[in-house]
Amino acid sequence: MRLIFEKSIPDRRGVKLPMDDVPKAKSLRGKYLRKESALLPEVSELDVVRHFTNLSKMNFSVDTNFYPLGSCTMKYNPKFCEKAAAVDNFSNLHPLWPQLLKDDYLAQGALEVLYETEKQLCAITGMAAFTMQPMAGAHGELTGAMLMAAYHKTKGGRRKYIIIPDSSHGTNPASAALAGYEVIVISTDSDGCMDLGEFKKHLNKDVAGVMLTCPNTLGIFNPRIKEISDAAHEVGALMYYDGANLNAILGKCRPGDIGFDIVHLNLHKTFGTPHGGGGPGAGPVGVTEDLVKFLPISVVAKDDRGKFYLEYNKPKSIGYIAPFYGNFGVILKTYAYILLLGKEGLTEASDAAVLAANYIRVSLKNDYDLPYDKICMHECVFSASKQKEQSGIMALDIAKYLIDNGVHPPTVYFPLIIKEALMIEPTESESKETIDSFIELMKKIAKLAKENPQELKNAPGNMPVKRLDETKAARELNLIWNP
Amino acid sequence: MSYVPHTKRQEQEMLKVIGLKSKEELFRDIKPELRAKSFDLPEGLSEFEVLGRIKNLAAKNQAELINFIGAGFYDHFIPAAVDALVSRPEFYTAYTPYQPECSQGWLQAIYEYQTVICRLTGMEAANASMYDGGTALFEAVMMAIRVTGKNKIIIDSGLNMIYRTMMYTYTSNLNIEFVETKVVHGRSCREEIFKYLDDKTAAVIIQNPNFFGAVDDYSDIVEKAHSLGALVIMSVYPVSLGILKTPGEMDADIVTGEGQSLGIPLSFGGPYLGFLATRKKLVRKLPGRIVGATTDEDNKRGFVLTLQAREQHIRREKATSNICSNESLCALRALVHLCLLGKKGLINLAKLNYNKAEYAKALLDKVKGVEVKRSSPTFNEFTVHLSKNADEVVSIMYKKGFACGFPLGRFYRDMDNYLLISITEKRTKGEIEKLVKALEEVLCD
Repeated sequence: MRLIFEKSIPDRRGVKLPMDDVPKAKSLRGKYLRKESALLPEVSELDVVRHFTNLSKMNFSVDTNFYPLGSCTMKYNPKFCEKAAAVDNFSNLHPLWPQLLKDDYLAQGALEVLYETEKQLCAITGMAAFTMQPMAGAHGELTGAMLMAAYHKTKGGRRKYIIIPDSSHGTNPASAALAGYEVIVISTDSDGCMDLGEFKKHLNKDVAGVMLTCPNTLGIFNPRIKEISDAAHEVGALMYYDGANLNAILGKCRPGDIGFDIVHLNLHKTFGTPHGGGGPGAGPVGVTEDLVKFLPISVVAKDDRGKFYLEYNKPKSIGYIAPFYGNFGVILKTYAYILLLGKEGLTEASDAAVLAANYIRVSLKNDYDLPYDKICMHECVFSASKQKEQSGIMALDIAKYLIDNGVHPPTVYFPLIIKEALMIEPTESESKETIDSFIELMKKIAKLAKENPQELKNAPGNMPVKRLDETKAARELNLIWNP
Repeated sequence: MSYVPHTKRQEQEMLKVIGLKSKEELFRDIKPELRAKSFDLPEGLSEFEVLGRIKNLAAKNQAELINFIGAGFYDHFIPAAVDALVSRPEFYTAYTPYQPECSQGWLQAIYEYQTVICRLTGMEAANASMYDGGTALFEAVMMAIRVTGKNKIIIDSGLNMIYRTMMYTYTSNLNIEFVETKVVHGRSCREEIFKYLDDKTAAVIIQNPNFFGAVDDYSDIVEKAHSLGALVIMSVYPVSLGILKTPGEMDADIVTGEGQSLGIPLSFGGPYLGFLATRKKLVRKLPGRIVGATTDEDNKRGFVLTLQAREQHIRREKATSNICSNESLCALRALVHLCLLGKKGLINLAKLNYNKAEYAKALLDKVKGVEVKRSSPTFNEFTVHLSKNADEVVSIMYKKGFACGFPLGRFYRDMDNYLLISITEKRTKGEIEKLVKALEEVLCD
């Protein structure tokens, strides 16, 4: 499709500005002014609407396609939450409103939303308090790693390492490094869990914390999780819970009850806020009582009269990690989502997500290698190694064939410890019919891989483009349009 | 309620395939001692009930004041088409475009976004966006340190206080030396910046217009920094770039900013949009997602995520950043907004903001007890000195229905009588005159 710039016609206009109802001011001096105007496209409103509407149709999305992208929890996002977040007097609310008056905090309604959502998340995770400020999961991880640093500083000094299993998300080690830590990587044992022996060998008083995803990225809940947290606490290390996979255990298990000290949640995964093509998300961080004093500034609190206020006087706090209170618009959708589903609804969601993943696991295990053949949680990870060996069909080819058939591929080539990984997360919102037709399609692919691999190699053929040359993209960088 | 579609019968069918009797058996790895001690949430409500509750909360926000507060976050007009297009579920219920063939819409949109950001700032490459202006600035600092191999950062204190405090938090565990240089009569102190600039300096950070609203040409600072091997990072207000000299024209190396003013609602602090742009030669050091154009097997143009070897999912602890997502939907808002404005619309919008602010300055200048700070030119925001404590003035003005400005004493110890006033295109001549009249009454009292 042509770029919007290629549709530009000189002097065409797309929007009418408010009236210039004041006398014309003397212009700024030339040295402060730009010499050439920004070459934005000159298009009409219809040009813009048609362009972007047509672009939108070139995407797969949850509302249009099955989207079993592992670890991303692409569940259905209730329309009501969008409506709730668009309510007047939230979307137009200036973030400095609460600071306008010295002894009275305006924006009471918005502060109450933050306060109440924090309480909801505490009940769900068993933590003592949350900061709602982190703007994404990785941002939460960085906040968490900084909380560890602040904690150890008060406990007698800086520690050097963070322990992370090799099945982790790439953001874990990257966040730890950004907070100034070195990373110790622990391998995965034959049960799909962090190798306990190796873990204990590396655990000492130089370890600041252990970052775990639970259930992990193989979809496995570690039954010995308490042993890990007890061992970590023994040497004074903190346990960090990467909440990317919380959708599996709502109502069953709470990180706070099994020894985790710091937790981040991905509101866009577990709590049904849309992924927005890559964001915005939100990654609130919860902590145990001992760590509350280190949470970022500001903190929403409630006084005796039931009025909400912002606490800035927090001498032990790690400081400011967001301009204000986090991605409020996303938090408001989460607040609505939790109210809507309630206790039963959330538990039911986890039940169904885990049921669907296991149904797929069992249904496809004769067709694809299943490196860890045991009950999984919300996702299962297959490998296309068999297909690769047999006929050179790789996870990527399978992904492209799925695309041709209207299914968004699973996460491929992750976790890194599984060759030709296909990580499938169906979520609770997909019907049995959808899942059945996916299973059928995957079986057909396994068959094609044996009988007619070229058909898979040729995919996709039904999309706006065929396979794209990614090497060329990186070599001959073309990041902006130049006529 | 949940959005689970399975009937009881279907659940049984699925369990049978799995070889289990009950759903509970699926969770047998979560041993009794690991079970939730409580799950203390209320029963689910209907949409109608939740909406009622949210509307009640919204009514408590006192959002109806006439707003003259900016301080980096501005009350601009958003055309209906922006909301309509980002409300298309094919955009908002998709995720990061890892699979390019079924994500061409998003990828092309981000490529177009990168292009408009470069055209706005006069730069040559941009990433797919960051969380907000503050985190983008932090990433820019880390990038400058990677590029130069040096670790001293000079911060002009005209940089938004919020961003400065964020920067100090993020770098508290890293070995980075910061020097803050002062602002004199609203203007960056060249003498101080030049004093601290040396061959150990990785970057100088400047904001234009600065937090007090002052507009400047920083070409001299850039020239000096370059002569010593340092980079210049500029944080900018995108709407002002309709008319103001661009960071590109000043020869800056990295440009960041808050994109909220480009069609993104104030939404009580987020979600917002951090943009980050740079020179072509530094592009491989950029953090975050980047989209590039390429071709398919038939030589047809298409778009992909590129330079992924810099990123956390491949490089892990050695990545250029820990960032995984971007703020796509906000970037799309900015792109659509800029397309609707177009080349001339953006210029007119910037002029409109400038004109209205100049009108307000002229009127306020005549008010007894108000002194408009005029040592530097401004864009749409400016500082005034009041004869009374700004906090007190703000409280009285609140009762008259105005959020009349941001009291600078909140951020600066010696500025209790100063107010920062922002005028966007949304403020009418009538509202500006009412503000002036009300201030006059308060100050004469």
